[in-house]
Amino acid sequence: MKPPIRGRTEPPAGLLRRIDAILRGAFPSLVTLGLIVLAAVPVGAPGLVMAVCLPSVFFWTIFRPSAMPPPAVFIIGLAQDLLTLAPLGSGVLVLLLVHGVMMRFRSLLVRQSFWLVWLVYAAVAVAGAALAWALTGLLNWQLPPSTPAIHQLGISMGLYPMLAWVLSRAHRAMQNAEA
Amino acid sequence: MLRLSIPLRQALARLSLPMLIAAAFGVMLLGKADTLLVERARMVLADALMPVWSVVQEPVGAVNNAVREAEALWNIRAENARLREENDRLHRWQATALALESENALLRRQLAWVPDPAPNFFTARVVADGGGTYARAVLLATAVQLPARKGQVALDERGFVGRVTEVGSRSARVLLATDINSRIPITLENSRARAIMVGNNAARPRLQHWPEGQAPREGDRVVTSAEAGAFPSGLPVGVVRWSDSGAPEVELFARLDRLDVVRLFDFGLTGILPPESVARPEPRGRR
Repeated sequence: MKPPIRGRTEPPAGLLRRIDAILRGAFPSLVTLGLIVLAAVPVGAPGLVMAVCLPSVFFWTIFRPSAMPPPAVFIIGLAQDLLTLAPLGSGVLVLLLVHGVMMRFRSLLVRQSFWLVWLVYAAVAVAGAALAWALTGLLNWQLPPSTPAIHQLGISMGLYPMLAWVLSRAHRAMQNAEA
Repeated sequence: MLRLSIPLRQALARLSLPMLIAAAFGVMLLGKADTLLVERARMVLADALMPVWSVVQEPVGAVNNAVREAEALWNIRAENARLREENDRLHRWQATALALESENALLRRQLAWVPDPAPNFFTARVVADGGGTYARAVLLATAVQLPARKGQVALDERGFVGRVTEVGSRSARVLLATDINSRIPITLENSRARAIMVGNNAARPRLQHWPEGQAPREGDRVVTSAEAGAFPSGLPVGVVRWSDSGAPEVELFARLDRLDVVRLFDFGLTGILPPESVARPEPRGRR
């Protein structure tokens, strides 16, 4: 057993502690699901659901991969596809691929500055939008217009700093609680 | 919790991503193979989330109203001048309308005209955006006792909004006229020419397939046509506008970007519904 930091004794592994750990582990995916539900409330900008999904999955994959395992990404993608009229499975695949690619490069990104991470996010979002566009075209057998994709891409990139700020606060609070 | 050996757990963790990616392809195939199942899953989820949306919608609606109020206060002078001008114009139209109404009543008496029955309608609140990137749809909160049904026509206070395409127990999805899959048979009111209004996900749907030599003219009023038995004729849709690129588009009367409440009309028409919804008997209590 590792020695406790700063003289705090480790509390016994009771039920409360286990619940605490489970909740902390599930917090990112639950918050993401909540955000998806809230993003569907009509405020005059369509396509907000997908614009909220990708930043959350991207952020937690890089900074806390243990809290965003592939099954959670799958469920988030499924919820996103079911809430919107996107062809079922297209959002799931895009999110899983983003998750997989980011897992590979997270060790490089985790120590970079915010701006660089944002830049990488922009590139990932462009690739994700292109893939979603192609999948929608393939599954509906009809060429989708590109303007909504660009519009949504803009919202998604613009939302990332705001979401990342809030999420990094949450992440730091969780780190403090664990220390 | 399941207690697994560490190597097994690591192997599972490494395998889960490829397996789930394969599952995503499986879900895609399933979505293509069984559209009815997908539709039911969508409505079950929408039904489950409806209480949340109904609660969240209140503050969001309040904020939206406040913003609109502020805008209205800001534009109050210009708006006032516009309304004065419009009021003058409408007064002249009112005189015309009253004269036409009495003339119409006289002619109907002479022809023994059987008037259309007044259609049933109920109102439903828009609680969520049900479209996404490549679709335009809204989710309505419908009470359990209200007879929401596929194929019902949605109108806001100004004009045509769309059609009900999916119905759950507490919610219904309306495909908007601007959606890329929306095809509405319409009539140009001046020339009585038929055409099809095709959604393209932009604010103004396009017109296609008008008869040779009867191209839609700028400013023509567009109403629905009873062709194919999907709509009654004469519901107000919009006004023809030629775009800069030279394509006829329809400026809709309905304000699709700020839908709060829509009226669902049941005209009892079942044209152009997917075959499974016509072939299957509807559950008791609906309709």
